Amino acid sequence: MLSQKEPIERHVLSVLVDNEPGVLGRVVGLFSGRGYNIESLTVSEIEHDKHRSRITIVTSGTPAIIDQIEAQLGRLVPVHRVVDLSNSGPMVERELALIKVAGKGEIRAEALRLAEAFRARVMDATIESFVFELTGKSDKLDQFISLMLPLGLVEVSRTGVAAISRGPKGM
Amino acid sequence: MAKKIAKQQMTGAEIVVRALLDQGVDTIFGYPGGAVLPIYDALFQQNELQHILARHEQGATHSAEGYARSTGKVGVVLVTSGPGATNAVTGMVDALMDSIPLVVITGQVPTHLIGTDAFQECDTVGITRAATKHNYLVKDVNDLARILHEAFYVARSGRPGPVLVDIPKDLQFAAGLYTGPENVSHPTYQPRVKGDEDRIRAAVELMASARKPVFYTGGGIINSGPEASEALRELVHATGFPITSTLMGLGAFPASDKQWLGMLGMHGTYEANHTMHDCDVMICLGARFDDRVTGRVDAFSPGSKKIHVDIDPSSINKIIKVDIPIIGDVGNVIKEMLRLWKDEKKKADKDALKDWWKQIGRWRSRKSLNYTGSKNIIKPQYAVERLYEATKGRETYVTTEVGQHQMWAAQYYHFEQPNRWMTSGGLGTMGYGLPAAIGAQVAHPDALVCCIAGEASVLMNMQEMSTATQFRLPIKVFILNNEYMGMVRQWQQLLHGARYSQSYSEALPDFVKLAEAYGGKGIRCEDPAELDQKIQEMLDYDGPVLFDCRVEKVENCFPMIPSGKAHNDMILGDAAAAEDIGSVISEEGKVLV
Ligand SMILES: Cc1ncc(C[n+]2csc(CCOP(=O)(O)OP(=O)(O)O)c2C)c(N)n1
Ligand SMILES: [Mg+2]
Repeated sequence: MLSQKEPIERHVLSVLVDNEPGVLGRVVGLFSGRGYNIESLTVSEIEHDKHRSRITIVTSGTPAIIDQIEAQLGRLVPVHRVVDLSNSGPMVERELALIKVAGKGEIRAEALRLAEAFRARVMDATIESFVFELTGKSDKLDQFISLMLPLGLVEVSRTGVAAISRGPKGM
Repeated sequence: MAKKIAKQQMTGAEIVVRALLDQGVDTIFGYPGGAVLPIYDALFQQNELQHILARHEQGATHSAEGYARSTGKVGVVLVTSGPGATNAVTGMVDALMDSIPLVVITGQVPTHLIGTDAFQECDTVGITRAATKHNYLVKDVNDLARILHEAFYVARSGRPGPVLVDIPKDLQFAAGLYTGPENVSHPTYQPRVKGDEDRIRAAVELMASARKPVFYTGGGIINSGPEASEALRELVHATGFPITSTLMGLGAFPASDKQWLGMLGMHGTYEANHTMHDCDVMICLGARFDDRVTGRVDAFSPGSKKIHVDIDPSSINKIIKVDIPIIGDVGNVIKEMLRLWKDEKKKADKDALKDWWKQIGRWRSRKSLNYTGSKNIIKPQYAVERLYEATKGRETYVTTEVGQHQMWAAQYYHFEQPNRWMTSGGLGTMGYGLPAAIGAQVAHPDALVCCIAGEASVLMNMQEMSTATQFRLPIKVFILNNEYMGMVRQWQQLLHGARYSQSYSEALPDFVKLAEAYGGKGIRCEDPAELDQKIQEMLDYDGPVLFDCRVEKVENCFPMIPSGKAHNDMILGDAAAAEDIGSVISEEGKVLV
């Protein structure tokens, strides 16, 4: 086929949609129906009066597949715009994670030291646990979480990626 | 007429009827039930909208497709909630795959019961999300009129398709404001119609430099409208290039023309497929490089530069990478190409083109549609040829079911005009042809409408014969009865060691008696010598006919590009008879469909 020899790339797509019932279902259904990957997906209304939401999708595929994903998303009736942020200059990409760690003594102190090194914030603390909040690129979050693993990691909640292009121009 | 009051109070059910009328709808296809009773009541109290009562909701959707495809208008379907909606799903997917504009209105349980597993409740918008171009669940009666108008706009704009509007029963009773269709489009859905000028210019340059060009056209031309077909004819004549078409595009260019190569693809002609394989410039207009067309993708027309015009950006570079993509309405772009070609006095390379046509002549001389005739048995190809000869002078619309007969119809029935040929291409839906013929006949009461059918497919929506009888629709159902699911049998012969698992049409009904049971006429023909006279008898009868044409049982459909093979790797009928055809398909090819 078209794409088999090309390398797999990770892309961040921004999709502006009408915030109407079912719009997220359409987007997700498109990915599952056509066999595309979703590594992360976030959605929230960004303009209340216009009922407009922004969906940020991290996906992976060959360049041809990424083009298809863009075109297929563009075909959905409630979709206004699709921008492949990975293909349109530099961008800022952020994700937030809440990380719960339980433990006592030296382990606990070590977890806190590492949290400080990563500039994670303590959102909740008991004598035997912490909840850290950490914001950054996904790989930084991954790294922090793997460090917490031997230090009593209980659970993780992540928002998925939000992204925006750098510079004065909007999408 | 008095100036319409822009906004007016009425019930949801009245809004539906009014919106349909304001959209210019004169006919709808449907089936009643609890969740649409108010709309049926509103239909009862008017006589501008004609309602064709199907006998199964799938039948209603295919009839609406036949109506739409033969007129260029939007087909409209009205069905109830739950089973009514699920029965209509196949027709919607069929329309989605073949880009047929439909508006499907479904009733839904009352708003307060949604989500409670109420009687005849189903998640219609959930189920049909992937079956429609777009769908709506109406939540406020004051949105109903706008949504309906929007649905028509979405169904017919861009790449056409089915749009569903699900209306809870309480909203059908509720009073709300009606708004007319004036200026209703869609705030964001604005497909691009005009092609990029620089690209069109580049395409025309490339065409003028071609030595071995070919036009490869598809159903998009039909969708674009009769003007697109007109413009295509002019462009093809102005350039002198050969032209082939997909199954869906038949009729956009006249089959009697010297430049016509016949259909391409899996059962296309030898000359069409070889021309595609060897060309140096391919001009793809409103077609989408379907796997039935391309054969093995990595061996598809390896030496050509490709121009692709399509209104759907997702069709571009989906299967085949092209050199000049042009997004826009194909009719619009063809006209632009034609204008540039003429204005800039472009000329094809005469000598090169002459050599090219000479080569094409050699391919043509293989006569890939030849078949072995018979005096004793009706060959299915012969039957279609005779039907064509008997009907070609008339205004004839042809629909098909799905299988070998469908391919024989495409190969041996020849079309001169667009919108005359209706077949289920993308989905390949057995059961499409008979109801589609009903839709075409409703739209063209005085024309001849023939459904070329297989004995297995036609049973899938046979109940629609009642509809034909009720509405006095004189459709002619011409059944090529080979007592097999012939296409399945052929694949089993080619790929599965001639183990004919479940493909024999056991316990067939007596089609003559069946026709009579439905109040139509039945005709049976087994003798080639009687065929012409019996076809005439069918055509002369003023009413629906089931024609049981008993044909050769084990005829195969050739020529054929076996799955997994390239365009220049076709098997022809004579070659297939000579060698063990089971061995021509590779292991890799077998997993393909
Ligand atoms: C709804 C549906 N079910 C199954 C198939 C698979 N299929 C394709 S062709 C075919 C046989 C059709 O037999 P018939 O209508 O007798 O046509 P013939 O090939 O014999 O001309 C079948 C079962 C299909 N296309 N559609
Ligand atoms: Mg058959």
